[in-house]
Amino acid sequence: MAKRAAPEVNAGSMADIAFLLLIFFLVTTTMEKDSGISRKLPPIEESEEDVIIKQKNIFTVLLNGKDQLLVEEELMELKDLRAAAVEFLDNGGGENADGEKCNYCKGKRDPASSDHPDKAIISLKNDRETSYKAYISVQNELVGAYNVLRNRRALEIGPQKGFADMSFTEMTKNAKDVNWPGNKEKLKEVIDQIKKEYPQKLSEVQ
Amino acid sequence: MSKFKKKKGGDLPAVNTASLPDIVFMLLFFFMVATVMREDTLMIENRLPSADQIEKLEKKNLVMYIYVGKPSSNYKAKYGTEARIQLNDKFAEVTDIAAFIAAERASKREEEIPYLTTSLRVDKEANMGIVGDIKQELRKVNALKINYTTTQGDVSNNN
Repeated sequence: MAKRAAPEVNAGSMADIAFLLLIFFLVTTTMEKDSGISRKLPPIEESEEDVIIKQKNIFTVLLNGKDQLLVEEELMELKDLRAAAVEFLDNGGGENADGEKCNYCKGKRDPASSDHPDKAIISLKNDRETSYKAYISVQNELVGAYNVLRNRRALEIGPQKGFADMSFTEMTKNAKDVNWPGNKEKLKEVIDQIKKEYPQKLSEVQ
Repeated sequence: MSKFKKKKGGDLPAVNTASLPDIVFMLLFFFMVATVMREDTLMIENRLPSADQIEKLEKKNLVMYIYVGKPSSNYKAKYGTEARIQLNDKFAEVTDIAAFIAAERASKREEEIPYLTTSLRVDKEANMGIVGDIKQELRKVNALKINYTTTQGDVSNNN
């Protein structure tokens, strides 16, 4: 018998098969969105020892069951909250626990408001009926207030440390980015310093 | 002059589709790589609120998910319309959270346990009562790192 070449497989339907698979993956794909506001819950402590905090160092935010916002005993709109929180945190009217004045604060230095960003605490209270979306909006604004201050500080001290024109948000992003070419050790030091200067003290009261 | 004979007009040549499978395969591979199969089948409505001051959750395998929301339409008759908790593939009570966390911890290596984060995926229409209960329960079992999972967007989208 004469040798016959193996017949070629018809690949015409390859595209159809690939399309079928493609459509399956298109339909099942959910681009995962795993990002959000990270918080650390306070541990339950056995000894209920009340730490006395001066009233002026607490910024009370109350969200009632009808999603109305009460900030320092006054009704407030959500859009004004961030500015109010920034003003409170950045006041710097006194000294911190080590007796240092806040030399980087740009606030009014009102003795009736917070002493030092180190001491300033934001207390967020909510009712059981408060809706989750309102709660997240308020949390977002408060985190935003901290970020405003940290970004400002980053732009101030960044150039001295060799990280000019980089906001705090960019710094944290770069610190996590594997492909970022700069000096990460140094960057982390700057981030830690800013975090220490404007610590996030946000308490969620039950 | 036959050399300069005009081409016969009329029929357009057929477009060569030989590279079509390649293109489709390219797309296919992209979607195959980008796809994350959902681990849990949701039995609740879960529309997350939006926020813009958010951080990304690192290390997906070290995240525990707690879903909260109204039962979706198939389950309304059985479970009512109040917001409920879903753990894994089942509806759960607040008291089940401790066991859930313990089971998740047992499935991870010991050195990873301190890095476990709880992602709270709460429907935006739920109220804070149930979230407060969950937080209290998490504090009891010392799972203190939480993340209010949201979508990226302006807070004004929440209303």
